[in-house]
Amino acid sequence: MSSTTNYILGVYDDEDEVLHAVSEIKAKGIKIEEVFTPFPIHGLDTALGHPRTRLPIAAFMFGCLGLVCAQALINYTMVFDWPMIIGGKDFFALPDWIPITFEGTVLFTAFGLVTTFCISNGLYPGKEVEVLDVRITDDRFVMAINLDKNKVGAADITKALKDSGAVEVNVK
Amino acid sequence: MSHVVSPIREKLVSGGKSYHDVTHDICKQVEGEPTKEWKWAFGISCIIFAYGAYCLFYTWWQGIGVWGLNKTVGWAWDITNFVWWVGIGHAGTLISAVLLLFRQKWRTSINRSAEAMTIFAVLCAASFILAHMGRPWLAHWALPLPNTFGSLWVNFNSPLVWDVFAISTYLSVSLLFWYMGLVPDLATIRDRATTKGRKFWYGLFSLGWTGSAKTWARYEYMSLILAGISTPLVLSVHTIVSMDFATSVIPGWHTTIFPPYFVAGAIFSGFAMVQTLLLITRVVFKLEDYITIEHIEMMNIVITVTGSIVGIAYLTEFFIAWYSGVEYESYAFINRATGPYWWAYWMMMTCNVISPQLFWSKKIRTSLLVSFLLSIVVNVGMWFERFVIIVTSLHRDYIPSSWAMFSPTRYDIGDYIFSFGLFFTLFFLFAKFLPVVNMAEVKAVMKGVSTNYPAKQAKAAKKSEE
Repeated sequence: MSSTTNYILGVYDDEDEVLHAVSEIKAKGIKIEEVFTPFPIHGLDTALGHPRTRLPIAAFMFGCLGLVCAQALINYTMVFDWPMIIGGKDFFALPDWIPITFEGTVLFTAFGLVTTFCISNGLYPGKEVEVLDVRITDDRFVMAINLDKNKVGAADITKALKDSGAVEVNVK
Repeated sequence: MSHVVSPIREKLVSGGKSYHDVTHDICKQVEGEPTKEWKWAFGISCIIFAYGAYCLFYTWWQGIGVWGLNKTVGWAWDITNFVWWVGIGHAGTLISAVLLLFRQKWRTSINRSAEAMTIFAVLCAASFILAHMGRPWLAHWALPLPNTFGSLWVNFNSPLVWDVFAISTYLSVSLLFWYMGLVPDLATIRDRATTKGRKFWYGLFSLGWTGSAKTWARYEYMSLILAGISTPLVLSVHTIVSMDFATSVIPGWHTTIFPPYFVAGAIFSGFAMVQTLLLITRVVFKLEDYITIEHIEMMNIVITVTGSIVGIAYLTEFFIAWYSGVEYESYAFINRATGPYWWAYWMMMTCNVISPQLFWSKKIRTSLLVSFLLSIVVNVGMWFERFVIIVTSLHRDYIPSSWAMFSPTRYDIGDYIFSFGLFFTLFFLFAKFLPVVNMAEVKAVMKGVSTNYPAKQAKAAKKSEE
């Protein structure tokens, strides 16, 4: 959101209203850039037409990687590099390794997932953001409409937002 | 977001709060000057911490010979503390992960502080692992790092090594889960900040959060997956701690019941500790509208259920000791109940088996004072449980000439005091500088669970004016 003049912001004060407003505004042929909310609203991402996230696939892949890494480390150390006779048992003692293999899987999944999440959303420590409205993280639901990407005029958009229940319409 | 909520459910947020009220009430103590109560509490915990730090330093300096261990009782007070703290450290992730999977809305206002408590409890437990190493500066030897001995690796068949992995994974994943839960709330404080310092620090850690619908959708998926992997992780941690004992051949330890029995005990003591802290926090920070009697009651119900599981486990152990026909095993158990440590055994039985049964009465489980007292009683009982398992199983060795008793030295006790100092110092710092209630999650469940949710009426009034 680098531009400072081309956005029209519809400010709502209720999650159900903003959810209904999304379909109303879309029905009028207006493209919505994004909706900003203080907490997750179920169904909002599908209403906006965002594709389903592929994070679960990434998590699964990281889990597999963790499993393989844990097994590789244990096998290398216990079977190949320095096999030790422990109670006359087989060097390849798979049941004993289940706990650490599990922990490795969980560790890789968690950190891989969170890293992927941060990268896909462009989140990193100390990132400077231009906050569209400081009340977004408090109690307001803000619908941002990019004028440049819309054929509909500013006046019509403002009216459509007001009609759909916006308590304020701001230009930024 | 408005769901259908059964009318017989108690409201989880009282006082007719709006979303802005939630933000205001929770951010108040982060933004304001510390209260007098907070300063006193923090000061006292710093003094406890300092005394404990001296004792721990002395232990590290002199070696673990300063503890009251002897040839027969080679594990006692300090390993009891370790297991006790790890057990307590189970509740936070259980509340945030398992209750998230079960869609229990009452977790929203308590999960933040419960998770913080978990992390601090695991740190306390870690202090005992380090102390037990005798030479804590060689702690990295427990990790599979290449070394100049060959490389001589750690033994992956040993439950003690499993423990290193389980606890470090648990600590780091819990920390990650907790931090990611904090991010939206840190952004709230960033956006409300009036001072440069606050804007900088909360801005730094809020990762540039904007609250866009796309980010929230991914965030929800991420939380769900983290909860999904944390649930078996929680269960694995105390399972592995129990295996430190169960895979040995000591009568009283060598039992297959240990993993489920330890996990139930961990949840039991963890919930009791959360209860103790919540009852203090809600009064000190005036959060009675967010942490309501309903929350307290739910916690007490979990305590009763897990307490009953623990009680059944005690009886099962006794039964199996007799039924197995192993005379060493039978002796170990009869000795527990009637031997020189009978008082510890009966302390454990009273605190853990009998006292939580009082919560069957609604009057008792909704009484703040009784809940507070019983939550402490439960943790006293759980400390004695570990003491009984560890010390009474060891103190009567196979040869009667080796029989011994254990008595703690001031450094055994001092190291325990250290863990309390560490725990409360960290908890008070958390309570001052971070939002103690997850604002975003509370707001998300408010419609339907809050009393007289005001926005609806306001809207209706506005519509009629037009």
